[in-house]
Amino acid sequence: MSGIRLLVGTRKGAFILTADGKRSQWEISGPHFAGWEIYHLKGSPVNPDRIYASQSTGWFGQLIQRSEDGGKTWEPMGKDFVYEGTPGTHQWYDGTQHPWEFKRVWHLEPSLTDPDTVYAGVEDAGLFRTTDGAKSWQELPGLRSAKGKLWQPGAGGMCLHTILLDPVNPERIFVAISAAGAFRSDDGGQTFRPINRGLKSPYELPDPDAEVGHCVHRIALHPSRPEVLYMQKHWDVMRSDNAGDLWTEVSDNLPSDFGFPIDVHAHEPETIYVVPIKSDSEHFPPDGKLRVYRSRTGGNQWEALTKGLPQEDCYVNVLRDAMAVDSLDECGIYFGTTGGQVYASADAGDSWKAVARDLPAVLSVEVQTLP
Amino acid sequence: MIRVVLPVHLRNLARVSDEVPLAIAGVVSVRSVLDALEARYPVLRGTIRDQTTGKRRPLVRFFACGEDVSHEVPDAPLPEPVAQGAEPFCIIGAMAGG
Repeated sequence: MSGIRLLVGTRKGAFILTADGKRSQWEISGPHFAGWEIYHLKGSPVNPDRIYASQSTGWFGQLIQRSEDGGKTWEPMGKDFVYEGTPGTHQWYDGTQHPWEFKRVWHLEPSLTDPDTVYAGVEDAGLFRTTDGAKSWQELPGLRSAKGKLWQPGAGGMCLHTILLDPVNPERIFVAISAAGAFRSDDGGQTFRPINRGLKSPYELPDPDAEVGHCVHRIALHPSRPEVLYMQKHWDVMRSDNAGDLWTEVSDNLPSDFGFPIDVHAHEPETIYVVPIKSDSEHFPPDGKLRVYRSRTGGNQWEALTKGLPQEDCYVNVLRDAMAVDSLDECGIYFGTTGGQVYASADAGDSWKAVARDLPAVLSVEVQTLP
Repeated sequence: MIRVVLPVHLRNLARVSDEVPLAIAGVVSVRSVLDALEARYPVLRGTIRDQTTGKRRPLVRFFACGEDVSHEVPDAPLPEPVAQGAEPFCIIGAMAGG
């Protein structure tokens, strides 16, 4: 019988949750790397027992760990993230230029075809790649050439948090950076260009024609048609049908179009999920009700999914990397909260169950569907 | 042999459970101790001092014989009891975060 493995990164360590294909009984192992911030873990699609993890603290800096046995044991790998050439400067909060400084790895995206190749999104925003299983990392500096001098950190830092590898066109990579926007490469990461036309951020970015500066929180695609992108922006849920060349808003009847994660059903490319959050000042669900919203029409028509989720006095947040979908026949959806809960749905969001209730604040959730 | 006490996170990372004994050739200083420590436990490179600049990470402190020597020049000799192994050289994660 197939199985599910959840890789949960938290403020104080990593946890691995496993279940069989019924997804009713869960076992929790961890904390791995107790006391460390684990921003993200992700397994190789080619070799699911190879998992990469980003481990850091403000005290002792950044490490990268790799497991060859599905997360039972780990080995520290290369952790030198050195910007290519003279790092240069980006815009600072006061409008002056500020030197690029590496802070941490937010996101690890293993290659779809090679278990030794992994992309890393870092703060200050940059894209790195390893081709030797994380022994060494090299920057893809073409990204920072895409108007990097104009990028400016938001409140959460200037982080590269989303990396999407196109399963149809191996030369195409999408990335997203907080307070800078979304970017696309069509040449395997050598060069990038901003893909932010149609985004509107009137309060944060008065210039309606600004190519960069939009606070993109997350983008997602369905592997069967990677030219269609969905985006949760700081405010607004957006959609592009042309690989980001133009975006249109699909927020419509959401109770709030502010939020962090967005994801796509494994088998229905027009079915998408968001978790509305009240506002940028109040990072918790509207009315104290934790509701996932699902659209089966690729946006605009949204339904609240509430069964099994707290519907009163709930003031947690769901961070951008903390939602994932499995690929079993009946698609499973998972998300983690800053209150330490991990919720799972084995029926595409119709009903939910807390499969972990008292973990440290959850930073990321990834799921592996195992044979 | 000198003795080095690591904070718990770095003990876990280096997979040691107690003080780390190190043989130091020449002057026993913060720099020579860290050089020997990182040579023996490469995983600790970058966790105590920046790998590029060599500067101590901001929330790490060094103590010898009860004194904070974090701001001493890295090549200054450490006190004789530390150099002789009678007292440990302590690497501390500073209190931070409330």
